[in-house]
Amino acid sequence: MSKVIMTVDDSTSIRQMVAFTLGGAGYQVIEAVDGKDALDKLGDSSTIDMLVTDLNMPNLDGIELVKGVRAQQRHKFIPILLLTTESQETKKQQAKAAGASGWIVKPFNANQLIDVVRKLLK
Amino acid sequence: MMDRNQQAFIEEARDLLSGLEDSLLEIEHDPLNSELVGKIFRAMHTIKGASSMFGFDAIASFTHDIETAFDAVREGVVAVTPQLVSMTLASRDHISALLSSAESEVEPDLELTSAGDELLKRFRELVPQTPPGKTDTGSPHDVKQMMPETNQRAALYRIHFKPPENILLRGLDPMNLIQELAAMGEERHVVHSEETSPDESRADLCHSVYDVLLSTSHPLESLQDVFIFVEEDSELRIEKLADASACDKDVWQRLIEAMQASKGVPTSVLISMIKEAHQIHQRVRNESSTYGGAGGQHPDLKSAQSIKVPSERLDKLVNLVGELVTVQARLTQAAVNLSDPSLTQIAEEVEALISELRDNAMSIRMVPIGTTFGRFKRLVRDLSAELGKEIQLVTEGEDTELDKTVIERLGDPLVHMIRNSIDHGIELPAQREQVGKARAGTIRLSASHSGTSVKISISDDGAGFDTEAIRLKAVMQGMIDPDATPTEQELLSIVFAPGFSTAKEVTSVSGRGVGMDVVHRSIEELGGQIEVSNSPGKGATITLKLPLTLAIIEGLLVKVGSELFVLPLASIKECVELPALEQRRGKGGQLINVRGEIIPYVRLRDFFGITGETSTYEYVVITEIDGRRCGFAVDAVLGEHQIVIKSLGLMYKDVEGISGATVLGDGTVALIIDIPPLIAVAVRERERLVRFETIAGDDSRNKRN
Repeated sequence: MSKVIMTVDDSTSIRQMVAFTLGGAGYQVIEAVDGKDALDKLGDSSTIDMLVTDLNMPNLDGIELVKGVRAQQRHKFIPILLLTTESQETKKQQAKAAGASGWIVKPFNANQLIDVVRKLLK
Repeated sequence: MMDRNQQAFIEEARDLLSGLEDSLLEIEHDPLNSELVGKIFRAMHTIKGASSMFGFDAIASFTHDIETAFDAVREGVVAVTPQLVSMTLASRDHISALLSSAESEVEPDLELTSAGDELLKRFRELVPQTPPGKTDTGSPHDVKQMMPETNQRAALYRIHFKPPENILLRGLDPMNLIQELAAMGEERHVVHSEETSPDESRADLCHSVYDVLLSTSHPLESLQDVFIFVEEDSELRIEKLADASACDKDVWQRLIEAMQASKGVPTSVLISMIKEAHQIHQRVRNESSTYGGAGGQHPDLKSAQSIKVPSERLDKLVNLVGELVTVQARLTQAAVNLSDPSLTQIAEEVEALISELRDNAMSIRMVPIGTTFGRFKRLVRDLSAELGKEIQLVTEGEDTELDKTVIERLGDPLVHMIRNSIDHGIELPAQREQVGKARAGTIRLSASHSGTSVKISISDDGAGFDTEAIRLKAVMQGMIDPDATPTEQELLSIVFAPGFSTAKEVTSVSGRGVGMDVVHRSIEELGGQIEVSNSPGKGATITLKLPLTLAIIEGLLVKVGSELFVLPLASIKECVELPALEQRRGKGGQLINVRGEIIPYVRLRDFFGITGETSTYEYVVITEIDGRRCGFAVDAVLGEHQIVIKSLGLMYKDVEGISGATVLGDGTVALIIDIPPLIAVAVRERERLVRFETIAGDDSRNKRN
């Protein structure tokens, strides 16, 4: 059974790229347009195995999303991967403190993303 | 679950590969064309980039090194050589094969993977390694993944890892990280708990400290990468303890015990434990080698038991031993002449020692033939694929040892014979099924010792030789008379005649204008013989009989007038007296009747134009090569000798019928007769003479001018 990954990003193309890459690597991918959408979709679902999220998003940003996810007992240990850029070091540290599992710095290629996802999904 | 995009990528990649092939074939003739170099580089770059984006990791990582190579070509660091072009062509084929396996959604099989690894190895040898980070593929992490540094020496590391308290709350499991380390090599670890009593209510906090021993050939950075998301918040120390080879199981056990005993055992203590163990080990080893003890069984020592020596030194050694054999023969001769018992005894001892020394020196040059067999697997695979045939190659007797010079010169003839089997022997799968054979044909390549020679046979279960087709073709090419009734063996030997081929159409495999005559010639040069056995419809076997070594042969010493000659003993069947009656028959057809069999013979006296007193009796040495007998008339047969072959030097290298010379015990020189060419020359000579006699009506008996 393939693992389910949620990609959270307000950019359609990034979502598509992540969905496409991870889909090609055999994962099932669902999309969310921002943190709020992600939390809604996560709900009490226990079928989602991992989140891949952007930091800057309207409505609810990446840090708040991490906090929101970790606040739920059900999703306390779910891996959360951040998509960051070099200039977002402070935000990254905040997200890490909030419970983000790891990060990948943009731009990245498909292989790097798949490697990191595999590492976190062990 | 191939999606539409992946399908599109495969199509695009196929187009790129086809264009790539054209560019490569073009650049071979125009190696300085930078536009072509750019085109090849871009094709590789696109394939690599796209395949990685679409999840075809195997293709991406394979293509990476070839792209690197052409980047180096662009920068002028590496030149476009035929070698590079053929390697890249092979890579192109490999990528194509990877695409096919991706398309059919099967994992590339082991054969394909190892073929790829082999290619990459050759590329890495050819191209200076690009330092990590210089490539445009992204982070060093990525580059390392693609080019595992296999040549990195293994080392033993100690990893001390105290994860951040909240590691579990970040969705990370420290045990996963330890397992990631374990996947890199041999790993053992000890887990300690923090002294501060863990808060019972907070089971989601981590208070463990991990102490890991890891023996790996991965570089330090790979080890650090494992902890990439936690290193900022962890206590992490990775320290190299020793080269991994320095530690056996005992040492591991002692290290682990020390680490279990106390949480913070200093790394320096562990290092000194290893050194101590190493020193003891060393001492034991020295003692055992001094006293010839059982310590020699240690695996480390075993590798030290063989050493590499440049082959020239071996050749030199064999040459010197050859000289020694010659001098020893003279010593023996002198001892006999002087009939001094003490000298005779010394001569005999020296003889025994030298013969042992000779055997030893010869055995050093012996190489297992398996090294040559290896390259045929690829040949069979490529060619059978090209011809749409299914063929498996079975090899036997890879351990059979032969003189390295023989092996080196055996490669090409074997390639040719195997090609011949693939091309003309094994039928197409459909044809095979029709006649009730398995779809896949088998080519069996085997080697075995047989006395002082080695037999190598190439047999296939194909159609066999069509002797009728051979006859027709031979008649067509004017090689035999239409009315002649050659035996099957004679027809088969025509296959080895210059310019003969029965292929119905010229294929790219065998029809290259090089016939089996080249095989025949090479084997003859090696002093070997060829036998063909044929069962039409079931297959054919070609057997090569080769001498173990080229440097020393067993020979029969014969005398003509005052000249001495050596005939290789391996080809000699018997010696018979030449009846006076037969002698007189002489001219034109020199034939001897040996127990009812009529055998042609060459009178060496006539052939070499030797004058001087003739002996009352002449003898004929009967030889047999490739099933054909021929005699040599001589004045006297002197006996068998171990002959050290000396070349005659460049001046005489084209003399037909003489393969070299040897120096005898008394210092005289004897020429070594190369039987097949000598027969060929004699036949030619006789035909010329007969023609001359017919035209001029000359009855002269003077056969040489």
